[in-house]
Amino acid sequence: MIGARALRLEDPVLLRGAGRYAADTYHAGELHMRVVRSPVAHGRVRAVDVADALRLDGVVAAWTYDDVADLPAIGFRLTPREELLPYRQPVLARGVVRYVGEPVAVVFATSAYLAEDAAERVVVEIDQLPAHIDPDADPVAWVDAEQATWAAGLGTPLPEQDSEATRFVTEYGDVEAAFATGAGRIIELDAVIGRHTGVPMECRGLVAHYVEADQELVIDGAAKVPFWNRDAIADVTGLAPSQVVVRETHVGGGFGPRGELYPEDVLVALAAMRLRAPVKWIEDRQEHLLATNHSRGQHHRLRALVEEDGFIRALDATFTLDQGAYVRTHGATVGSLTSSMLPGPYVIPNFRVEAHVRLTHKTPHGTYRSPGRYEGTFARERLVDKIAAELGLGREQVRRRNFIAVEDMPYERPIQAMGTSMVHDSGDYRLLLDKMSEGYDFPGIRAEVAARRAAGEAVGFGFGYFVEKSGIGPVEGARISVDTRGRVSVTCGASSVGQGVDTVLAQVAAETLGIPHDEIRVVRGRTDRFGYGRGAFATRLSVMAGSAVANAAAALRDKAVRVAAHELKVSVEELELADGAVRLVADPGRGLSLAEIARLLEPVCAVEIKEDPGLDADGWFRSDHMTYPYGLHAAVVRLDRGTGQTVVERYLVGYDVGRALNPTLVEGQIAGGVAQGLGGALYEEFLYADDGTPLCTTFMDYLIPTAHEVPPIEILITEDAPSPINPLGVKGAGEGGVTAVAAAIASAVDDALQRPGAITSVPIRPQAVHDLAARATGSRATG
Amino acid sequence: MSQTVPVRLYVNGDRHDIDIEPRRTLADALRDDCGLTGTHLGCEHGVCGACTILVDGKPVRACLMFAVQAEGTSIRTVEGLAPDDQQLHPVQRAFWEKHGLQCGFCTPGFLMLVAGQLEEKPETDEEEMRDVLSSNLCRCTGYQNILKASMAAAEEMSG
Repeated sequence: MIGARALRLEDPVLLRGAGRYAADTYHAGELHMRVVRSPVAHGRVRAVDVADALRLDGVVAAWTYDDVADLPAIGFRLTPREELLPYRQPVLARGVVRYVGEPVAVVFATSAYLAEDAAERVVVEIDQLPAHIDPDADPVAWVDAEQATWAAGLGTPLPEQDSEATRFVTEYGDVEAAFATGAGRIIELDAVIGRHTGVPMECRGLVAHYVEADQELVIDGAAKVPFWNRDAIADVTGLAPSQVVVRETHVGGGFGPRGELYPEDVLVALAAMRLRAPVKWIEDRQEHLLATNHSRGQHHRLRALVEEDGFIRALDATFTLDQGAYVRTHGATVGSLTSSMLPGPYVIPNFRVEAHVRLTHKTPHGTYRSPGRYEGTFARERLVDKIAAELGLGREQVRRRNFIAVEDMPYERPIQAMGTSMVHDSGDYRLLLDKMSEGYDFPGIRAEVAARRAAGEAVGFGFGYFVEKSGIGPVEGARISVDTRGRVSVTCGASSVGQGVDTVLAQVAAETLGIPHDEIRVVRGRTDRFGYGRGAFATRLSVMAGSAVANAAAALRDKAVRVAAHELKVSVEELELADGAVRLVADPGRGLSLAEIARLLEPVCAVEIKEDPGLDADGWFRSDHMTYPYGLHAAVVRLDRGTGQTVVERYLVGYDVGRALNPTLVEGQIAGGVAQGLGGALYEEFLYADDGTPLCTTFMDYLIPTAHEVPPIEILITEDAPSPINPLGVKGAGEGGVTAVAAAIASAVDDALQRPGAITSVPIRPQAVHDLAARATGSRATG
Repeated sequence: MSQTVPVRLYVNGDRHDIDIEPRRTLADALRDDCGLTGTHLGCEHGVCGACTILVDGKPVRACLMFAVQAEGTSIRTVEGLAPDDQQLHPVQRAFWEKHGLQCGFCTPGFLMLVAGQLEEKPETDEEEMRDVLSSNLCRCTGYQNILKASMAAAEEMSG
């Protein structure tokens, strides 16, 4: 069952339109929340008047900051550096607005249409202040002492803070000593990644309902991290965590931003308690593009010390990260991951990177699929291409010279990644490059594009190599239960953002239990069904929840065999579990079905045989390290010299995931990731006017790729380097589809232009291609 | 502005008599007043196509039409696609078999778009199908499996 291209369990419900997404929960007497948002990027709030809104029939309440002044700022879920505390976001603007879209007031009405009418009647007076939108500019004063002290919530006064929220260095070896030797060549590179984000097709939404009879606050529409959000909501409402039930139902895509705790989530929960009515909030798309986390937006400066054969002796890097107006739940996660993953698959014996996380008057920033790696891979692979060009070496050759060797695995890089020490658990980086080069005939592709260029076309071939990370711990659990009819359920703390986790977990259970995966029901994402879950992020569930389910299935098998041995009066060694029954190995006709064993474990019987009642078992999996999948992206592009358009003709991905639990789903993850990566490489970017006005607030100006822009994606999944640190050998597949797209496309565009190093920023706009193509002269061989 | 008007909608062969404000979109009326939540709203400005339904057999963005404009028409939503609880429509089955969906949020819109296209023109070729599919947005799949599923359904429906 593991490794089968099994059909998804999730699909029949979704295909019939019977899913339950956030907006699909209805309650009698529900109120609809609408947020009044700042129309300016920076200003002092002089007055917020809700009187006119409250005069509308059906408007029940309207709140400004004074109504929520007792709430603390939103906390950090990950990478909580203390120096970031003064930059946390209040639930409603606290005297100053810092981005267009910041919640200023909120209204509650009996219909969504009425709530919008009411929101338009809220009068917000703001004295506009100059906007600071360039993170590369020198830091400016950001929050005054009063705001800093309040936002930090440490109980001790803080001074005014400037717009550089944090600066931290990640390093090993001795970069300065290496450069001081004077040996080798210094190669420098600037790389800019535009501001874009996940943009799931379902906007955010939340429905909260305090059920008086049960004394429970029930929240539907959560995603990604329901358990963490439950605890945060319990803190805000003063309820015990056991009185707060958070359910994720169906989720229309995650990609990083969706499911984090935002100001709106706190407001919905609080309103359900205060107004004693069900409260529903459904974000619209314009709000989403203004208010949900943005991501990327980094400027890297790299300086490498390189030997004549291409070996990178030292890398010294800095980057600025455009954090937007506040530091939200992700804390310093993106900057931290950028730093630790920057060396990628290469040895680089001396390494130093300095991160600058800087505030600007834009939508706050958080993670987006492959956070820090999409950015860092673009910068690093641009550098490696430049090294190859400057030394006159092949692009593959330089990579091979620098790869961590398979003999050196597991390879410890003496730095931290997501709070864990960084150990590349397994990998054969050369082998994957060989397989891709041979399997897809890279020499043939090169010859073909060279011939087409000679005939006058602007076509090019390029690639990027990367290491991903997955399976962050610390722990995940699962329970497998068999009812007295023999039906099997897996109940766990995992979450689904649409990636197919139910199917994969069912396959893992089916492997041990010997029954078809589609006879297994998977229950997850509900805080009332399981006690613990860390969430669906950082490509962790196949590793963590998958291993927990494997352990639970093994424990269930042991219990079933034990009970059957007792009943059949044989030893456990004589029995095996197969096809949903425990049978004698020597006499398969004799045995007990799981249903029969479950009946033997009904409470009265179970006590007699000294077993805990019920045919069920828990499994847990703990991990202190992440696991590191790796891959190669390659692209063939054609440029239109007239329009500057970049057409992606072919896109190839090789990815080693250790063990593919369901290859179809792995390929699906990769293909979807590539499409998002192409968006970031060629089309998507949140642009701002000088006064901080966002220019991309609809799908007409924030351009997501359509079926026209995404070519067929050719995928090679390999299993050459199973992870030694989990029982399945699996590495996560969720992010590697996106990681190297910007790098590969830029490399191919350079090649098409025959100008190594021409592309230093993404998205690659038609204007830039047009200008470069106009300047391009001559023709060189593809390296 | 909260004055309502009676509207009669025929959806998937069922009659719905509802009282709504004239400004109410067809998508909201289907979801909130008819209880048909399979039609999803992804942008409410007519770009993403998640709310695509069939009005008199033609694919339409339900967010760009007022419910009052749909009076007298025959509406089909995703809930009306499968013939019964046991069987799926060929397009639904193909999406399942070809892994044409992940989160499933855009799926009803794509299903109605493709069903509308193939019911009108079962012999749609791949190039035209790609054109048709480019009217809707999906953020999970990268579209290739949607295209494969649509062509598999085309083969079945024209065969």
